Amino acid sequence: MWEIVSSIFPYAIAYTIPLLAASLGGLFSERSGVVNIGLEGLMVMGNFVCAVVIAFLQPSLGTAAIWLGLAMAAAAGAAFSLLHAFASINLRANQIISGTAINMVATALTVFLARTMTGSGNVRITLGFIPFDVPLLSSIPILGPLFFTKTYPTTWLMLAILALAWFALYKTRFGLRLRACGEHPHAADAAGVNVYGMRYAGVMLSGALAGLSGGAILVTFSGEFNGTVAGLGFLALAALIFGNWKPLGILGATFFFGFAATLANVSQVVPAVSKIPGLVLKAFPYIVTLLALVFFSKTTQAPKADGEIYDAGKR
Amino acid sequence: MKGLKDLFTAFAAVVLGLAAGAILMLAIGSNPFEGFSYLFRGGLMNIERIGNTLATATTLTLTGLAMAFAFRTGLFSIGAAGQMLMGGLTATALALSLNLPKWQMLPLILLAAMAAGSIWGFIPGYLKARFNVHEVVSTIMLNWVAYWTVYYTIPAYFKAKLETESARIPDYASLKVPWLTEIFKGSFINLGIFVAAAAAIVVWIILNKTVLGYELKAVGFNRHAAEYAGINVQRDMALSLGISGALAGLAGATFYVGYAVNMQIGVLPSQGMDAIAVALLGANSPIGVVLAALFFGVLHSGKGFMNAMTGIPPEIGDTIIAIIIYFAATSVLFTRVFDWLKARLRGRK
Repeated sequence: MWEIVSSIFPYAIAYTIPLLAASLGGLFSERSGVVNIGLEGLMVMGNFVCAVVIAFLQPSLGTAAIWLGLAMAAAAGAAFSLLHAFASINLRANQIISGTAINMVATALTVFLARTMTGSGNVRITLGFIPFDVPLLSSIPILGPLFFTKTYPTTWLMLAILALAWFALYKTRFGLRLRACGEHPHAADAAGVNVYGMRYAGVMLSGALAGLSGGAILVTFSGEFNGTVAGLGFLALAALIFGNWKPLGILGATFFFGFAATLANVSQVVPAVSKIPGLVLKAFPYIVTLLALVFFSKTTQAPKADGEIYDAGKR
Repeated sequence: MKGLKDLFTAFAAVVLGLAAGAILMLAIGSNPFEGFSYLFRGGLMNIERIGNTLATATTLTLTGLAMAFAFRTGLFSIGAAGQMLMGGLTATALALSLNLPKWQMLPLILLAAMAAGSIWGFIPGYLKARFNVHEVVSTIMLNWVAYWTVYYTIPAYFKAKLETESARIPDYASLKVPWLTEIFKGSFINLGIFVAAAAAIVVWIILNKTVLGYELKAVGFNRHAAEYAGINVQRDMALSLGISGALAGLAGATFYVGYAVNMQIGVLPSQGMDAIAVALLGANSPIGVVLAALFFGVLHSGKGFMNAMTGIPPEIGDTIIAIIIYFAATSVLFTRVFDWLKARLRGRK
């Protein structure tokens, strides 16, 4: 049993990290009061931009191209999310429809562009990050093999961002204002907070993190842009709700999904798991999410003004 | 006046979507006039292609109606893809296991697909009504459960040679009929088109001429007011998503045992998302949905021809559809323009 757990743990963590990034992105957006179901599309956008940057610059820049690709992915995600922000904040569009449009535009447009560049619609990178063992820490018994072997640089980056996100949300003026806009925008407005500005910040942060997440998928386990992130954006959204709109809750929820999905993916080679039908393993995370929603929907604390259009003239 | 406003909004969204498509074609160095001419010719230039356009529009009409029906009750279901898969899986399973005469087979398949889709729609409806689980999240989860169900069921019980697809649907169980195929010179068109037309009429009757439809619309306008007026809101929400699911299940049957010759695994049908565009562009009215589905049918069936003739990637069709949704979502812009125009015209009189 220990063998199995310690061997799949690094893969589970690698799979968790992009989910965590996107889910944290969703957190910023929803805490400011804007529902963003466009996470999936923003991830695809980040995935694409990262792939293009790396494919073009890797021959000349080497590993630096990977970091540059990730930065560009985040920038592209933030820029693309402006479409959602403009529609749902200024134009008072239905946020779910606007988010759906973001998903569809991103998946269609990126494949369109990829096809004009490469002909096949896929963009392949020759080299992503290579997993490394953290010196010293990886030799700690039990914890070492679980958390510090075969780690990717993106894992540590994302954990740092998680800590930063927690700090920003709960310990800074910005975080307090952002949360106020998601709970009671009129009160925030009356207190002198620029509600539109805060919501723009929330949506753009979600775009940047989702873009980064798409890039992280590319440079860790996928290595290729093929026009989809296989529903991870929607799973991130579910993790956000499952995690009760709190950074640490999100960490727990995404890790649960990451572990369950990895277990399903490696089930064929692990004798203890291979007896369970594949369907059960694959559908497990989704069904658990449904059940969790059923049990916790009465007590979950969604931001009160989540998804509501802010109209200053309405009281 | 509302109808005129909807028409203006839809028209403006389509024009802007096509304009964005033209800009993209220019950006990759192609001629947009040539591109669009091949795109529309690809969808309409001869009787066979018109048949293909109608066949594509069939599935889009049914999923679009499913969406519109839920929207009218104020529910944003995005579960059409999963409901289509469950309907399609049921239809495929029956088609490959029973051997009845065609006139018995087809009604049975359609009814079973409807039932499967409506169960898949009723679950999120019930969860919403009983536990207040947000329908967007639950339908997404159920889409993936359906995806994996198909992924494992088809290879286990219904495959022929390949692991990734079901055996070929036999002629006696397919919605394709020789006389229709002959009229349209061998296109994908099938009996589904009559199913879609009938569904549009039935949805129109339910929404506009029955107590249930009145109640559903009342819930959509204002859930609390409806409850206060004595409408059983919870029952109506579950029912609405159930009916919506039945329509999407029918769409699955027309697609997997009509349009296609077998069921592929590992694909979440894109009609699920396109349906949102169809419903939105059609302003959630049955006639609007049919028109929007026909328009998107042209784009979808013409894009391959355009790609072959000009080298413009076929995804331009999907991009245009996606941009149209974005503009339809931001329709408040056009509404303002419309009101401004109206005021100007009135002022002149």
